[in-house]
Amino acid sequence: MYAFDIERPATVAEAAAALGNEDAQALGGGQTLIPTLKQRLASPEKLVSLTGVAEMQGITSNGGTLTIGGAVTHADVAGDGSYKALSELASNIGDPAVRNRGTIGGSLANNDPSACYPAAALASGATIVTNTREIAADDYFVGLFETALDEGEIITAVKFPIPQKANYQKFLQPASRFALVGVFVAVTADGVRVAVTGASNEGVHRWTAAEDALSANFSADALDGLSVSADDLIADLHGSAEYRAHLVAVMTKRAVAAAS
Amino acid sequence: MPKDGGIGAPTRRREDVRFLTGTGQYSDDMNVYGQTVAVFARSTVANGVIKSIDTSAAAAMPGVLAVFTGEDFVDVGGNPAGWLINSRDGEPMKEPKRPVLAHGKVRHVGDAYAAVIAETTEQAKDAVEAIEVDIEELPAVVNMKDALSSTNYVHDEIGTNQCFDWGWIEDNRAATDAAIKGAHHVTTLELVNNRLVPNAMEPRCSMAQYNRANDEYTLHTTSQNPHLTRLLISAFVLGIPENKLTVIAPDVGGGFGSKIYHYGEEALVLAAAKKIGRPVKWTSDRTEAFLTDAHGRDHVTTIELALDAEGKFLAFRTETMANVGAYLSNFSTATPTFLHGTLMAGNYTVPNVYVNVKAVFTNTAPVDAYRGAGRPEATFSLERVIDKAAREIGMDPIELRRKNFIKPDQYPFASAAGLEYDSGNYDALMDQMEKVADVAGFEARRKASEKNGKLRGFGVNAYIEACGIAPSNLVGVLGSRVGLYDAATVRVNATGNLSVMVGAHSHGQGHETAFPQVVAEMLGIDPQSIDIVHGDTSKIPFGMGTYGSRSLAVCGSAVVRATEKIINKAKKIAAHMLEASDGDIELTDGVFSVAGTDKSVTFGEVALKAYIPHEFPLEDIEPGLEETAFYDPANFTYPSGAYCCEVEVDPDTGKVSVERMTAVDDFGNVINPMIVTGQVHGGLGQGIGQALLENTTYDENGQLLSASYMDYVMPRADDLPFYTVDHSQGNACTHNPLGVKGCGEAGAIGSPPTVVNAVIDALQSGGKNVTHIDMPMTPHRVWSAMQNA
Ligand SMILES: Cc1cc2nc3c(=O)[nH]c(=O)nc-3n(C[C@H](O)[C@H](O)[C@H](O)COP(=O)(O)OP(=O)(O)OC[C@H]3O[C@@H](n4cnc5c(N)ncnc54)[C@H](O)[C@@H]3O)c2cc1C
Repeated sequence: MYAFDIERPATVAEAAAALGNEDAQALGGGQTLIPTLKQRLASPEKLVSLTGVAEMQGITSNGGTLTIGGAVTHADVAGDGSYKALSELASNIGDPAVRNRGTIGGSLANNDPSACYPAAALASGATIVTNTREIAADDYFVGLFETALDEGEIITAVKFPIPQKANYQKFLQPASRFALVGVFVAVTADGVRVAVTGASNEGVHRWTAAEDALSANFSADALDGLSVSADDLIADLHGSAEYRAHLVAVMTKRAVAAAS
Repeated sequence: MPKDGGIGAPTRRREDVRFLTGTGQYSDDMNVYGQTVAVFARSTVANGVIKSIDTSAAAAMPGVLAVFTGEDFVDVGGNPAGWLINSRDGEPMKEPKRPVLAHGKVRHVGDAYAAVIAETTEQAKDAVEAIEVDIEELPAVVNMKDALSSTNYVHDEIGTNQCFDWGWIEDNRAATDAAIKGAHHVTTLELVNNRLVPNAMEPRCSMAQYNRANDEYTLHTTSQNPHLTRLLISAFVLGIPENKLTVIAPDVGGGFGSKIYHYGEEALVLAAAKKIGRPVKWTSDRTEAFLTDAHGRDHVTTIELALDAEGKFLAFRTETMANVGAYLSNFSTATPTFLHGTLMAGNYTVPNVYVNVKAVFTNTAPVDAYRGAGRPEATFSLERVIDKAAREIGMDPIELRRKNFIKPDQYPFASAAGLEYDSGNYDALMDQMEKVADVAGFEARRKASEKNGKLRGFGVNAYIEACGIAPSNLVGVLGSRVGLYDAATVRVNATGNLSVMVGAHSHGQGHETAFPQVVAEMLGIDPQSIDIVHGDTSKIPFGMGTYGSRSLAVCGSAVVRATEKIINKAKKIAAHMLEASDGDIELTDGVFSVAGTDKSVTFGEVALKAYIPHEFPLEDIEPGLEETAFYDPANFTYPSGAYCCEVEVDPDTGKVSVERMTAVDDFGNVINPMIVTGQVHGGLGQGIGQALLENTTYDENGQLLSASYMDYVMPRADDLPFYTVDHSQGNACTHNPLGVKGCGEAGAIGSPPTVVNAVIDALQSGGKNVTHIDMPMTPHRVWSAMQNA
């Protein structure tokens, strides 16, 4: 690890000011960033820790919308329970140490193509709230580790409209236990939304053909005959593109069957 | 039996108290005044010519004390191979030099070409980044088959990538060929025994101190056999006299074979400590462990089994390519040959066996013994091809094995692969396995699984291994350059407690608990008054260390011999004290008495007398009570077992889950059944890991794709079932005084073929004509096999 300074702002405004410095970087739970630093793959001069920012803590439920502070840990989301599928998802991220430190803001900012939260945010039609604006999930996820966030922009909260029914199915990459393929299915007022993580070189994305079929008939049978193309899916030592394409269909069916 | 447990007692492991409370002392816990840090510069390419190295900028960095390159070690020796193998044509194997630091060429990703010694780790890392190196990358030699036909050589000076081409037993070749040619049925199978990264919980660590006053070195290092490490450094690499070098392997957090060997990092820190006059420590990080610890297995094999019309085995013929990686590690040439080929008759009366092994250099990490070492490879090949044969001829796999088992009245049995098995009863093991695993209930469980949409399979396996390596005379004839005896000193202190210095090294095996049980049983005293001392060449007479399930069978036997000497001498002292003759003294429950009288002295009184020898018959007995024995066994020991497992396969995803796993082993006599069960558990975990999860993968450029826990799949608790472990069917080893056979590797030997056999059975039950899947049977591989069936 290279040497760095650390700042612990108490407010979003202070944090934003600290991140104005070009070589500063936000630190959430550190579960992705700290291992990167340990391997000397990044060398920020200053880390700005967000976990002490009171405005970014807390989970509130209001009129069918769940608002989760950007620095809320996976463990806290897991324990909340007001959006069952989301809490279940959080409870299966990493191990207890990871869940006790990792944050929803960090996960969404990082946008790992195999991470779980991006699927939940996209399928739920969540809104990413930052220190400067609100971004709809459909506009937020740009690509592999790429988001709509500007340099130094902070995720202060995430707003989830709670769906009528939802479920997340994660087929484990056996080593990292991230998603080899993960599918989040949500039945919303505007129809069914299906988001797929782990599968694509483009990162998290929606499976619209399945959404149409399920909006017409929300049952696993409605997916019979539907398949995704293996083009542009991830191929690595844990699975080929064809295997991932197959798993997308299997996991979607299972999510539909398990949705509640 | 002594009150707190002698032989046979399931005593809790006393060493676990310190391991579980964080007070273990590992090499990296040793911190001394003036200590400095070594960090290595390692190749990022698999094959390349070192055009130039400029260390001047690095040497000038803050805190840097010295920088070493391969140039600094051109005049010292290489790290040698411990076993000479001759090829079929009589030519000795190729032995390119393995230098302390790469010189001229780097040969695998992670190959160290320079090292920086600095005040702190971060300073050393900064300086490593400042080394200016120009390495011209060459195409990598990765695939063994390609390597054998390529003129791109890992070692240019030997002009080939083949280390040797070995035949076992060459004289049996023609008869084996003939038996296969004329057979009623021949089953052929091509298989891969997948490469494994050892992944000991504690990474390697070496810390060297040099004392200028008396020209003495001390090396604390993560070693399974500190005496061998000292011998290699002294006799081959640095030439430090043995009496000037102390090697200490304190608590060691697992080895699985990878810490048997001497590594260049140990020589580097010793040389550096002398040069800078301060202690130097290197601690491997996890990435270095993946890239540079000696890996295991990595065989590609074609095996044929010839049968007659009744299902009797006529011959096994095997052709194997064994990857040795970029350099020969110390036992890398013994593992695929004598620890593999000699086991290729298995538990069977088969009359013809022939094994051909070609060892191949590649631009990958060195490969050497890993838990089981050669024997898992043998068992896997045999038990997979037998299973396939059973399917082909339509015979029950258990019946086919029983038909060919050696029977209890046939011992000692000379196997067609050149070993003499001393004892066993494979049918009894199979009987017990069928009983405790409730094999009869399998069909009902299969139906229940099918109801849940899962395919259930049953897999069975029998194994034999050769442990307790080994008789020095025999291994000497076979090419070993070391003896394989072991040694122990039993020191009875004046106050009656004991220190037992043993050459075996405990790094998870529980010696500190089990060895005292043996001594306590023999002396009839409290085991808590006996301590084991191990892992320090300055305290222990000598030792060949711990691997090959040899500690109790070989070193434990030395402990018995030394304790017998103690008893003999103590009886003389007691006879003197009781004014009787030696021959009339009996030892019972720690009390020496004169037969037929009520005259007695306790063990403690005798010990005190030995050290306060007033009125002592000095002309007959020396003062003191301390004895040493070296023990060299007459034969290998032959543990054997019958294993089975049941798996469920998810037909939608290809995911396999092991639902039941049963291990019935013949370990001979058992000293501590709880420790033995624990050893089997660990082995089963590793075996299931190999079968389903562990996926060491190099790409065509020689980059290790699975070089971290993000991609290398270690088994976790939820990957493993509850085990049924049974060692009730022991047949004592006939040639060592304890009658023990060794249990450390069995689980890792017996389980992989069992799991694969079960998966094949599951797929067949689902109507999929799949006859083989290579390990690890990842969901992707199983799913792909189903698609193609
Ligand atoms: C062993 C292990 C297993 C894991 N398993 C899973 C899994 O199964 N599924 C899964 O989804 N994830 C998994 N993770 C990742 C985990 O969820 C991380 O916590 C998460 O990806 C990053 O969150 P963090 O708070 O730790 O962020 P950090 O590591 O602190 O930061 C990550 C990145 O986000 C930026 N950042 C952090 N917070 C904010 C913010 N509020 N606004 C803007 N930018 C910010 C940082 O600058 C950095 O670039 C695993 C991690 C580990 C170590």
